Amino acid sequence: MPDSDLPVPESRRVSRKRTRLSLVWVIPILAAVVGVWVAITRILAEGPTITITFQTAEGLEAGKTKIHYNGVDVGTLTAIRLSDDHLRVIATGEMAPKTEGFLVDDTKFWVVSARISGANVTGLGTLLSGAYIGMEIGESKVKKRDFVALDTPPVVTGETPGRFFLLKTPNLGSLDAGTPIYFRRLQVGQVASYELDKDGQSLTVKTFVNAPYDQYVTPNTRFWDASGIDMSLTANGLTLRTQSVMSILVGGIAFETPATGPLLPPAEANTVFTLFSDRTTAFKLTARDPQKFVLVFTDTVRGLSIGAPVDFHGIPVGEVVDVSAQIDAKTFQFSAPVTIVLDAMRLGVQVVGMEPGADFAALRRKMIDNLIAHGVRAQLRTGSLLTGALFVAFDVFPDAPAATVDWSRQPAELPTIPGQLEALEANVAGIIKKVNEMPLKAIGDDLQKAIVELDRTLVSARGTLDAGRGTLDNANRLVEPNSVLGVELANTLQEVSRTMRSVRVLADYLERHPESLIRGKPGEAK
Amino acid sequence: MSAAALTAMQQGWQSCEGCGLLSRPVAGAHEGRCPRCDEELTFRKRASVQRTWAYLAAAAICYVPANVLPVLTTVTAGGRESDTILQGVVLLWSPTGWPLSLIVLFASIMIPSAKILALAYLLISVQRGSIENNEQRARLYRTVEFIGRWSMVDVFVDTFTAALVQLQPLMSVEPGPGLPFFAAVVVLTMLAVESFDPRFIWDAASANEVRYA
Repeated sequence: MPDSDLPVPESRRVSRKRTRLSLVWVIPILAAVVGVWVAITRILAEGPTITITFQTAEGLEAGKTKIHYNGVDVGTLTAIRLSDDHLRVIATGEMAPKTEGFLVDDTKFWVVSARISGANVTGLGTLLSGAYIGMEIGESKVKKRDFVALDTPPVVTGETPGRFFLLKTPNLGSLDAGTPIYFRRLQVGQVASYELDKDGQSLTVKTFVNAPYDQYVTPNTRFWDASGIDMSLTANGLTLRTQSVMSILVGGIAFETPATGPLLPPAEANTVFTLFSDRTTAFKLTARDPQKFVLVFTDTVRGLSIGAPVDFHGIPVGEVVDVSAQIDAKTFQFSAPVTIVLDAMRLGVQVVGMEPGADFAALRRKMIDNLIAHGVRAQLRTGSLLTGALFVAFDVFPDAPAATVDWSRQPAELPTIPGQLEALEANVAGIIKKVNEMPLKAIGDDLQKAIVELDRTLVSARGTLDAGRGTLDNANRLVEPNSVLGVELANTLQEVSRTMRSVRVLADYLERHPESLIRGKPGEAK
Repeated sequence: MSAAALTAMQQGWQSCEGCGLLSRPVAGAHEGRCPRCDEELTFRKRASVQRTWAYLAAAAICYVPANVLPVLTTVTAGGRESDTILQGVVLLWSPTGWPLSLIVLFASIMIPSAKILALAYLLISVQRGSIENNEQRARLYRTVEFIGRWSMVDVFVDTFTAALVQLQPLMSVEPGPGLPFFAAVVVLTMLAVESFDPRFIWDAASANEVRYA
């Protein structure tokens, strides 16, 4: 069939440079490039894989549970399986990229879930979101990929500014991880952990004091257990100390630096302190120059406890360290030697006016001798009527029998005088004796006589009173309204009233026209 | 109708797609413009096989991240969860929700892959000059062309969900990185279908074998 037979027009010519390869191939190349780029970023986004061994997988969920560091999501648990011995749980975690530096030998992991322990309620957010894994980045340089999780979350993580201090205590009391630490009743830290010392004799409590309060912990600082209520009933009376309601409930540790001591730089981290049982113990200064003496009391030492204060003129100078008993083999007299330690300097008594280089011991002996010679004696006194606790008081008794101190004995014995209680007893006995000696019968007779006399006096007094009443009646009659005297009196008063009115008119006129005194009334002058 | 029937190309004519006018290319040229309506004239779609292959390759490349990367990220108070298409299918699979799961499985996984495979088959058979199963292949092409647009359902569902579920901070839904790839797969397969010239299926059967590839 020839083409020309049919009226088919020719198409218009277009000049187009034909390319063998279509431009459309850019699209798959582009797709490949984008795909490869996504793949590469995905692979790069892949972080290290770690395993964490837990005691239990409670609250953990593969694919859901996150690993948080400082609240930042740094990984996810991808798988949870039992260990080969079925005792533990091994979780595989997929960490975020560039977290290799976090995974070192002393990095710690733990499960964070809602915990309510005494003072602290933590991890409330996990109630909604489920538990997550907390971590603390270690400082070691050794890389590690397999970790064992902590059983309990650490109270303080390394990022919190502050310092750790170690406290030695014979028993833990009510302390626990998270127990607050108070400084001037302000919560400044908490107990991080505790562990029994190797010898089993004491515990080391690791505490953390937050910055900036850690600067107030100096080598001189005292820590004491402020748990509960510190109540003591001593010769000094009832003492009640607490830190806060919270510390009463959950315990607490308080610290304070004695104001009297020298100003020291802040203590180094991990300095070891003693944890005292209470504030009083904590603040007992260390002995400076203790001197032991013996006081032999013949009166009862009931209520005198070890640690009871010894004072001189009301100033505490020492304390009782021992109370014992002895019987004199010759006189069979029972007495109680009480050992006391005097350390006035420790209790804040300062020595003034001492020449440098002087023999202080000799000076003290001389002073004590002098005081004894002036009648200073030791006496047992009741510190508190409530408790009956006794204390030793040195006071001046000028009437006391003369005594000297035998310095050759160690410890030296200081003279005593029977206590107030004994003296009181003697006084009461004397009073009773005097009461007994009173001539009570004679006094009674005299009294009766006096009463009879009084009766008579009262009878005559009644007669006098009757006479008095008559006089008063007469007077009454005189001043009655209708009596003559009354009418007269009324008239007289009216007269006086009128006179006074004319005088006032005159006075008024004179005030206005004082010249009328000389010139008379103007009308009259005309 | 026999495969050896007369076609415009065998006559050396070109049919205008714009106005239906038949015309002859200028001697020595394969292309031109319609003398009546100035539409571009070719015997077959220009570089059809090559372009279809290119689109198809791009679609196949995008198909991998579309299925590997998550398409939907659900952020709840409990945390964020990213799901790929397949995970979504598994997630939806429940005694009551399985029809929905099946829809997602068909619309999002099977249809795109079936399209890619079908087009690849058509292209290979055309390039090899196969003359068998012409009618089935033509039907296959029509099916692929018809079904292609429905694959976008998944993309729409995703974008709608992401736009509607923004209950910050309780819950929100964000499109995942796989979604653009998935949309690219759908668009690229549609482009591939569009650029394929079904007349090639029949050309091989014609006596004069012409290749424009």
